[in-house]
Amino acid sequence: MQDAKRITLSGQGIVLRGNDIDTDRIIPARYLRTVVFDGLGKHAFEDDRVQLKQSGQVHAFDDPKFAGAEILLVNRNFGCGSSREHAPQAIKRWGNGIKAIVGESFAEIFFGNCVSLGIPCAVLDAASMERLMATIESEPKSKITVDIQSKKLEVVGGSSFPIVMGDGVRQQFLEGRWDTTAELLANKEAILATAKKLPYFNSWS
Amino acid sequence: MGKTLYDKVFEAHTVARLPSGQYQLLMGLHLIHEVTSPQAFSMLEELGLSVLFPERTFATVDHIIPTASQLRPFRDTLAEQMLVALEGNVSRHKIRYFAPERGEQGIVHVIGPENGLTQPGMTICCGDSHTATHGAFGAIAFGIGTSQVRDVLATQTLSMGRLKVRRIEINGQLRAGITAKDVTLYVINRLGVNGGVGYAYEYAGDTIERMSMDERMTICNMAIEGGARCGYINPDQTTYDYLKGRTYAPANDKWDRAVEYWNSVRSDADAAYADIVKFRAEDIEPMVTWGITPGQSAPVTGQVPAIADFKADEQESVKEAYQYMAVNPGAPIAGQKINVAFIGSCTNGRLSDFESVVRVLKDKSYKVAPHVQALVVPGSMKVKNEMLSRGWDKVFTAAGFEFREAGCSMCLAMNPDKLTGNQVSASSSNRNFKGRQGSPTGRTLLMSPIMVAAAAIAGEVTDARQLFGIV
Repeated sequence: MQDAKRITLSGQGIVLRGNDIDTDRIIPARYLRTVVFDGLGKHAFEDDRVQLKQSGQVHAFDDPKFAGAEILLVNRNFGCGSSREHAPQAIKRWGNGIKAIVGESFAEIFFGNCVSLGIPCAVLDAASMERLMATIESEPKSKITVDIQSKKLEVVGGSSFPIVMGDGVRQQFLEGRWDTTAELLANKEAILATAKKLPYFNSWS
Repeated sequence: MGKTLYDKVFEAHTVARLPSGQYQLLMGLHLIHEVTSPQAFSMLEELGLSVLFPERTFATVDHIIPTASQLRPFRDTLAEQMLVALEGNVSRHKIRYFAPERGEQGIVHVIGPENGLTQPGMTICCGDSHTATHGAFGAIAFGIGTSQVRDVLATQTLSMGRLKVRRIEINGQLRAGITAKDVTLYVINRLGVNGGVGYAYEYAGDTIERMSMDERMTICNMAIEGGARCGYINPDQTTYDYLKGRTYAPANDKWDRAVEYWNSVRSDADAAYADIVKFRAEDIEPMVTWGITPGQSAPVTGQVPAIADFKADEQESVKEAYQYMAVNPGAPIAGQKINVAFIGSCTNGRLSDFESVVRVLKDKSYKVAPHVQALVVPGSMKVKNEMLSRGWDKVFTAAGFEFREAGCSMCLAMNPDKLTGNQVSASSSNRNFKGRQGSPTGRTLLMSPIMVAAAAIAGEVTDARQLFGIV
């Protein structure tokens, strides 16, 4: 089994430009008619990809220069909209699998869903993101390293950028505690004790 | 310094501080539906775990259920498979299921409140971002992903960070014909679709305090569209009057103790907020979206804004919106032709939403424009039956609207109700994202139910106040 610790994540980058890219675009709703997550990867951004193709353009997820990428670079408010975990599941299952996402900001629920899947979402300021995206667009085979421990992103042999990540979530990744079920269940007595104190958990007695 | 409702409820439900520094938060109410729960049950069973508090999880089917005929098996075999999975899971884990065959089904955010499950001072979660709706009762309510649904099933808790609280005060008298939907769209327009990231929104002020529970739910429902994971309104007599007598609401000697608890969670007068934003109710006009985010909106009396009205880093998205929506900057909002009109959803699928439309249609000879398909979709079977008993179905059908069975319908393209091609839809739902209503090139204009009705009749976006003579 893969080590749960997420200390450094490395791979080629893929640049997906645009603010407010919502979860309906990441995985169109028709693919949510399923009881499993398997097979979602190939449908990631499907409608956006088809439309760009029809207008003679190429979506990042179809662009051969980004094939094999594992670090997704995005702009602001990425993953807004629905709470569907199918969105990060699709990104995780696309191509080689995206291992980390770096963006200017992330929608809250999407961010939390990524944590549950062991995919760190790191924040980079807008100016740095523009530089990073331009670098990767011109040199897509560059290797990127996202270092959760020292909170920096490095284009190997090139620039380095400070990344932002909340301490709680960062610790979860560093210690491999992002898969929360066992940890939560370990506090069963405290769960029952908290429930006992809440009047509505106890028929208002 | 006093505390906000968010602080009090969060602290009362904190089980532990996890080694990572995150909080383990106890959930008072867990709602599930067919789309985001099957994988969670599979994960639970793989781990060999059971549901810790089955009596605190409630299920229904809403996203995939057809609204033309709900006879089983559904024609869509994938939808049928999802419902079969849900039925199996609730029966295996002894979870109360609001089933269509018993006349109990509805949109999860409609049935929670109407059955009295949603109560002040609770933590509420559901694998659905519009769980924010339940904040209208003074609950901390938010959407979660499927892995978190697994966690709640197994432990009744979640690992969460703590949000900041922004108080959004709206004071003054709304003008005639202005609805809660216009207020919530206006707030998103002003604060932006990512303005609320990291915040819980506390809606307050005398305009909010005068609102009914249905209206408050419309306000909180779209907190998520403003980037806030949850929105809430402090509970008051309006909340308690709504709850009294509902199936799951406390009764008899329990009622007074419940009210005491509910009052105790209200934000203190001297509560500390991360910030406070104020708006004047008089400034709000009927709002209509013109773009591909719920923040890209304008008053019906206005125009599609010019590119120069936006900050440099927003201009790319705005250009994308113009192109996708096929609108030009400077074009009037009113006058855009529509093909489909949809009244329903967890935002505007409650009795009072339909009542606002029935009031203007009744005893008049308005007809839906010949080129428009207009759908009226009750948010729950209870809402539908109440409409039938009041004869409202006949008011709608006489005007040329289709009166459907309860469900999410055309809000989200997971059931047969979908746009086709590049149709334009006037919709009382909550999202106008690209492809949201089922056609990858379909276009959505968000607005209030009464504005949807006006658009259906005129065949184009029009000011409902003028069409219906609302003064």
